[in-house]
Amino acid sequence: MIRKIFFQSIFFNFFFLKEIFAAESGGMPQLNPEFWISQIFWLTLSFGILYIVLSKLILPKISANLESRKSLIQENIEAAELQRKDSETKLKDYENIVSKSKIEASNILNEARKKALKDISSKKEILDKQIDDEIKKAEQEIDTLKKSAPAKINKIAIETSSELIKKIIGTEINNSSLSAIVDDLSKRNGDKYYDN
Amino acid sequence: MAANPMTQFEVYRIGPEIKIGAFDISFTNASLFMVISSVAILIIFNLGSKKNLMLPNKIQLLAELSYTFVSKMISDTAGSKAKPYFAFIFSLFMFVLFCNMFGMIPYTFTVTSHIIVTFVLAAFIFIGVTIVGFIKHGFGYLKLFVPSGVPIVLLPLIVVIEIISYLSRPVSLSVRLFANMMAGHTMMKVFGGFVISLGIVGGWLPLSFSVALTGLEILVAFLQAYVFAILTCIYLNDALNLHH
Repeated sequence: MIRKIFFQSIFFNFFFLKEIFAAESGGMPQLNPEFWISQIFWLTLSFGILYIVLSKLILPKISANLESRKSLIQENIEAAELQRKDSETKLKDYENIVSKSKIEASNILNEARKKALKDISSKKEILDKQIDDEIKKAEQEIDTLKKSAPAKINKIAIETSSELIKKIIGTEINNSSLSAIVDDLSKRNGDKYYDN
Repeated sequence: MAANPMTQFEVYRIGPEIKIGAFDISFTNASLFMVISSVAILIIFNLGSKKNLMLPNKIQLLAELSYTFVSKMISDTAGSKAKPYFAFIFSLFMFVLFCNMFGMIPYTFTVTSHIIVTFVLAAFIFIGVTIVGFIKHGFGYLKLFVPSGVPIVLLPLIVVIEIISYLSRPVSLSVRLFANMMAGHTMMKVFGGFVISLGIVGGWLPLSFSVALTGLEILVAFLQAYVFAILTCIYLNDALNLHH
């Protein structure tokens, strides 16, 4: 016991005063050197094993876990960024296609309209020509009719007037004198009914 | 037995007496709680690092938060040069924290309430930091005791003060932890004794104090482990990055 206290007082000599207290009964158990060596031994053992296991096995694993999660998250963020850019370019492509097709569609529409207008105008010309021809023909017919109309009317007038005279007077009158009278009348009033 | 609040700190042998030469290294209740703390730390952190889930479960989150907490503490106080000492400071912080916390369970033994335990830890840190300082800076490490910008007349005095303050580091480090733990547990025991002696009529007041003190002591248990670890970081910082 004395040897032990001597040994401990060499190593922990600044506790030498407190060892006197420890000798008293009812003092602080912390200052009783009986189990100091035991506590140092077990502290070194348990803390040493704790340190070795933590530093060699567990902490590297935790650090690797944290690193891998960090890098995974980073990779995911980068992948998302790439996909975002991809989708942006695709959206631009899509918009380009849409605008191009819009221009094409309007071109086609314009061409179709021009063609249709051309067709309409050409057909209209043909129709106009036909209508003109028809009108000319009709006019010619009307002209011939107009020219032949007074002679016929004169004839009818002579016949009707000769028959009238026959029924009213009962005598036949010379056709030539009647025709001279009708011709004279028609010449006088012809301007009223005909243009010639 | 319950009357004396100091009996809770008594160390007694569990099992047979083991001797190596003249040294008694028997397994005691203190040894039991050192082993329990170490094993608990190893189990928790082993479970927390086993599976690498993308979404961590609770125990993995606990392990990873502790890891980042300690690594941030070290990088904030001692810089990036202290990275090789991360494992040591991490195990130191966890060991002290678990010993303190296990001491908060009734009928357990608080390992850190013994000056010899805290002193061995502090002395190891002190010697280790000094060796690191001398390896990194050679005899230039002695410049730590000569602050710059001090008048030449005051220099002898300042150097003596600096040396004394440097040498008192292990003492202050160990006594801080030991005294806090011991005082807290003694106070709780005293208030617990009052509850019994005042009985059903007057015991409520010390009981409520005891409850409040338990909360305070849990805070102190965490805080002292944190202070112990952060002071180690600061000493390490002095050794790694010589400021003076």
